[in-house]
Amino acid sequence: MAGVAGGNDFQWCFSQVKGAIDEDVAEADIISTVEFNHSGELLATGDKGGRVVIFQHEQECKNRPNLRGEYNVYSTFQSHEPEFDYLKSLEIEEKINKIRWLPQQNSAHFLLSTNDKTIKLWKIGERDKRAEGYNLKDEDGRLRDPFRITSLRVPVLMPMDLMVEASPRRVFANAHTYHINSISVNSDHQTYLSADDLRINLWHLEITDRSFNIKPANMEELTEVITAAECHPNQCNVFVYSSSKGTIRLCDMRTAALCDSHTKFFEEPEDPSSRSFFSEIISSISDVKFSHSGRYMMTRDYLSVKVWDLNMENRPVETYQVHEYLRSKLCSLYENDCIFDKFECCWNGSDSAIMTGSYNNFFRMFDRNTRKDITLEASRESSKPRATLKPRKVSTGGKRKKDEISVDSLDFNKKILHTAWHPKENVIAVAATNNLYIFQDKIN
Amino acid sequence: MFPKGTKRKFSDSREEPVAGGEDVNQSSLAAVRMLSSYSLQRQSLLDMSLIKLQLCHMLVEPNLCRSVLIANTVRQIQEEMTQDGTWQIMTQALSAANAAAQCSADRLVATEVLCRQTEAAQGEQVPKPFPVVGSEGCPAKEVLEEEAAAAEVGMTMSTVSPQAPTSYLPGTFGMDPCWEEEETGEDDDDEEEEEDSEECGSGSEGEERERDSLVEDTRTAEQVFGTFEIKNPAPSPDPALEELFSDVDASYYDLDTVLTGMQSVPKMGPYDLLESLSSHGPSPLSSSTSCRSDLNELDHIMEIIVGS
Repeated sequence: MAGVAGGNDFQWCFSQVKGAIDEDVAEADIISTVEFNHSGELLATGDKGGRVVIFQHEQECKNRPNLRGEYNVYSTFQSHEPEFDYLKSLEIEEKINKIRWLPQQNSAHFLLSTNDKTIKLWKIGERDKRAEGYNLKDEDGRLRDPFRITSLRVPVLMPMDLMVEASPRRVFANAHTYHINSISVNSDHQTYLSADDLRINLWHLEITDRSFNIKPANMEELTEVITAAECHPNQCNVFVYSSSKGTIRLCDMRTAALCDSHTKFFEEPEDPSSRSFFSEIISSISDVKFSHSGRYMMTRDYLSVKVWDLNMENRPVETYQVHEYLRSKLCSLYENDCIFDKFECCWNGSDSAIMTGSYNNFFRMFDRNTRKDITLEASRESSKPRATLKPRKVSTGGKRKKDEISVDSLDFNKKILHTAWHPKENVIAVAATNNLYIFQDKIN
Repeated sequence: MFPKGTKRKFSDSREEPVAGGEDVNQSSLAAVRMLSSYSLQRQSLLDMSLIKLQLCHMLVEPNLCRSVLIANTVRQIQEEMTQDGTWQIMTQALSAANAAAQCSADRLVATEVLCRQTEAAQGEQVPKPFPVVGSEGCPAKEVLEEEAAAAEVGMTMSTVSPQAPTSYLPGTFGMDPCWEEEETGEDDDDEEEEEDSEECGSGSEGEERERDSLVEDTRTAEQVFGTFEIKNPAPSPDPALEELFSDVDASYYDLDTVLTGMQSVPKMGPYDLLESLSSHGPSPLSSSTSCRSDLNELDHIMEIIVGS
């Protein structure tokens, strides 16, 4: 059973780890979002310090065909700065909440990055040529004395070391009163939506001073907030948003401008036998993701991941328990605020497997076909090159077997909230606090 | 950061129910004896939740989702306690305690969120009070001394007695017209009054939240819902303390502020915002003048910032 998960029997091996090794983690270095681009060639991370680091997949080494190429730093830039809202006397964190790539349309890459309040569109372009032989200035840029110029020459493009430049192209600001929790690029490649706790805005990528407000919910009874939103991957008029009460609403923008009236409403009836004071909190959905096919969507709540068929609203088609052993610890988790942790989830490229994070730097993968699941750990100990990851297990009481870890020994400060799966290959990126781990499936 | 409180009586007497109570806590002892382990757990959960709501004010705007979830938990507990009668006992204990200590200005008020869960609450004469950690009449076994003290100093409880001339409208966060005299009656709130007055104003009904200006919501809501300020029984608060907290914005202890943070108007430039602030409708009578001067100050600051 070692290393087996998924219909293809993945064997996950360590590939790389990025980030400082220090025990002392600088707050600004904590990774807050991870996202592959559409081809998987680029991997972007955002951190609490407002920086974006983009890694690029190097071409495979011809000498060693068994080894997939590595991801190396391609570009680093400061996306957001801390701000101070003078009117509210509150700081606005520069932490990058989400990064979403735009589909590539030319040689440059575009991504949207957002903090709590402002979304920015960044262009990441390469420059590998430089013009030399200007008439009016020297090579070092100093202006030449016009009287000294006696001949005219045509500047020539010369190759130079590759320079990757990130420049902000658009800034979409002042449209969110609350904290932005999601951005999602529409399949029309022209619009995108951004969601905060109480409002969803639809933007046109070209227009920064107007957004189309899709405000839901009666403001009078604030008992429910929006927790995540996503555009349908194929139908540009459809999007979903999840709530803190464990419901998902699917909206069709053709039928209504305001998403008060949803087209579909997904909710699983509560199991009365497991009701407790924490039921609502653990039902709050922290992430919602459409499958690549667009037929299913996946939601993550505190203890489980659920797969929903868009055609069936009354219950999910699949439910996977992530860390059911925490159910008896909810009171402590409420006390230390861990119960409010927002875990993300992701699909693999073929929608046959899903992955999500847990505590103690564990992350979980579920194969939808075989119903097998596996728990792996992102740790420095298992960071030998190409070392296969050993499955981990949490003992749920009774005898603790060797190699198992008991619930009380779990480190709740080591949480894996952000994971990403390469859209085409079996490569995954897992953010463990300030470190980014990249794992690959062993080929052959 | 916060001075120690003095309100450990109830929890102490709860631990020794047969010790005989202080006069103040007579009625609460009866409640104490009835508490089962489940109720204790529930109570500690309630206390924990209230602390979380009140201590989530940092430099950064509080997480709305978390606040809403905690508030819902509090409401749920309150509902259950109402159903099994524990809530009423608490009420009596608290009002007994308060009556012994205070003038009529002290009142417990449940926030709109907390008392709105049942329609009955709307029409009920006696609004549902809720115990604040650390105050007398509130068992706080699991709450650390420090937290109790923190809660105590940082918060007040003010009840609304429906017979009072004040009327509070069960509107929502700032959506309804403000409430009139509640604040004036509270003598200890002077200090907070000053700060409160920075943001006064009323929202007209139906006005969308995002168009409400900074001024209107928190203070209005605060007045409507009461605050989490603990009444300091001493008539003259320690001046050193006052100075210490002189720059603490008491609105942070307002459930509304907790849940929503202060409001800013989206997509409005600084001048637009100030215009709407100053042109805002009738504000609570007592604080309109100081409100205006604060607005001018704000105006001035904004001008400097924007470099006009």
